[in-house]
Amino acid sequence: MKKIANWGNYPHINADESHFSSIEALRNQVLNKRISYIPRGNGRCYGDASLAENVLSSLSFDHIISFDSIRGVFECESGVILDQILNIIVPKGWFLPVTPGTKYITVGGAVASDIHGKNHHVDGSFCDHVLEITLMLATGEVVSCSHTYNRELFDATRGGMGLTGIILSIKFELKKIKTSFIRQVQLKAKNLGELLELFHNYKDYTYTMSWIDCLKKGKNFGRSILMAGEHAELDELNEKQKKNSLTPYSDTLFTFPVNLPSFVLNQYSVKAFNFLYYQKNLKKTINNIIPYDPFFYPLDKILDWNKGYGKNGFLQYQFVIPMESCEKGMRDILTRINQKGMGSFLAVFKVFGKQNGLISFPMEGCTLALDFPVNKKLFPFLDELDKVVLNYGGRLYLTKDARMKQEIFWNSYPNAKLFKDLIKKYNPDFRFRSVQSDRLGITS
Amino acid sequence: MNNTKTVLILGSGSDMAKAIARNFAKNHFSIQLAGRDMEKMERLKQDLINRYDATVSSHHFDAVDFGSHNFLIDSLPVLPDIIIYAAGYMADQKEAQLDWKLTSYMIDANYSGAVSIINKFALLFENRGSGTIAGISSVAGDRGRASNYIYGSTKAALTTYLSGLRNSLFKKNVQVLTIKPGFVYTKMTQHINLPPKLTSNTEYVAEKIFKAIMEKKNTIYIKPIWRWIMQIIRFIPEPIFKRGNL
Repeated sequence: MKKIANWGNYPHINADESHFSSIEALRNQVLNKRISYIPRGNGRCYGDASLAENVLSSLSFDHIISFDSIRGVFECESGVILDQILNIIVPKGWFLPVTPGTKYITVGGAVASDIHGKNHHVDGSFCDHVLEITLMLATGEVVSCSHTYNRELFDATRGGMGLTGIILSIKFELKKIKTSFIRQVQLKAKNLGELLELFHNYKDYTYTMSWIDCLKKGKNFGRSILMAGEHAELDELNEKQKKNSLTPYSDTLFTFPVNLPSFVLNQYSVKAFNFLYYQKNLKKTINNIIPYDPFFYPLDKILDWNKGYGKNGFLQYQFVIPMESCEKGMRDILTRINQKGMGSFLAVFKVFGKQNGLISFPMEGCTLALDFPVNKKLFPFLDELDKVVLNYGGRLYLTKDARMKQEIFWNSYPNAKLFKDLIKKYNPDFRFRSVQSDRLGITS
Repeated sequence: MNNTKTVLILGSGSDMAKAIARNFAKNHFSIQLAGRDMEKMERLKQDLINRYDATVSSHHFDAVDFGSHNFLIDSLPVLPDIIIYAAGYMADQKEAQLDWKLTSYMIDANYSGAVSIINKFALLFENRGSGTIAGISSVAGDRGRASNYIYGSTKAALTTYLSGLRNSLFKKNVQVLTIKPGFVYTKMTQHINLPPKLTSNTEYVAEKIFKAIMEKKNTIYIKPIWRWIMQIIRFIPEPIFKRGNL
């Protein structure tokens, strides 16, 4: 038994964690011990989705099975971390079809969360690019599924939080790139209205996202910076960049040494941070060419940045609301956060496009992700926000969730019932279950 | 002629061996994998090719099947520049005390098997006048402790064997490296809460081993602090040590 937690450092639980490095060993474990498990990758989901008393870590199951560098098709075992994939594919002129804001997640996790990135409005979510998933069911049987084959299992596995079985390998398509650089545009918006207009004007860019200062009131309510980017062409690079035109980029600037005391983050320090972040862009518009790493993974530069929230941990709250209510809903929710003075360093806002799948999080609309340090006042406040989100027809991202009430899940995910039926079909004795799936009544 | 150097990893089924193979492949070595599980080696072989375009071959090797060791050497496409003995087994001390089979398996996998195969390479390297022989031993071999002295004694034997071999082969231009990893996060230790300051991950171990071979080191502790810890443990006088609980 050891104490584990995911990225938000909340909740902590005592778990028995075992690694598997071959299918045979995994099958023996699943068949011999009639207990339930949840598969777990690099523990970068924020809440309790990959926590359970018995955890099956995929981190030792990390072989690259094939890489077709002509057609851009990659197949690997579920424990491979995206960072390692980038090191292999970037020099050959390929990129991940969809990447989240950190490269330290496993591919198995990417499927189980059906992750989205800054290009959701153009390219959809990760599983839209997956050609085949192979998984082990509770019977020990190894099965494959895809968009066309065993479709039902595929749909319940994409975004299915590891509840259909243990994901073993994933074959997916890559994105062709000419360089490892991004042509970036950063634009300041004075308020929420301006920001939504910018998103509309820049919707043809492959990558867009924005940062919002959620503590500003009055005419600066919703002041923000929009970041838009495209993979740069070779002729857009300067001479120095041309010499490293397809270099995978990685260096860590700083590792957070210890947990900060929880009083360090308060509304004054967050206000100061937000002020500096906004003011660092002196000009209204910045155009430049930067390596992909700082564009996609700015926070990976600070290893263990989650320790900045202290040992009590933090909750990340990410919701989406449908397009027609975007402005009204965001204004409503931001006002509530504003009034409570519950600031967040990172309030990330983005517009989603259409979404395939059964239980995947995104929907056509807009999404906001906020971090809150854990304290007693937070939980009732978030329960209140849940209801507001639900009223606008929105929902919460399971990958970030650690506390949502059952009825919110059941009322906000339209296919929840169908999802549960499929879990019952493929995992009838709930051999795969997590603290989260029990809490939400999916496996209980 | 190509100048690619070749490393043979004896006992390639562990997480540590996998990390060692990847690190050598990343540094443009040809890799020879030797182990019992052919299917597992095939996966690692493909992985090394896909990651680093490496040249890889895989060979059947069972440390405790001494009679087969000559066949392994015959099956290698080239005589490697470096061999790393990474096979080994750790049984629970209490179980091993009651079960001779377990104890004898530990002795064979950790010590006899190593001596059997390394003796053969030592001779080949000596005749060639070059090469590196590295063995993964353990801090557990530095002093016998109640909690794992059977395992510890097999590693003590390996350490002594390697130090004598080093002494013998130094004049023949053959390097012998003894590796003492300390705590490592692996399948073997997954259930234990290990102190982070004393524990390494397998990638770190692999990098340190690579560096030690390049720098022609004799004995390395993966985390230097272990050298001091074991120094202190060794210096505790036996009358006091035997009363203790380590």
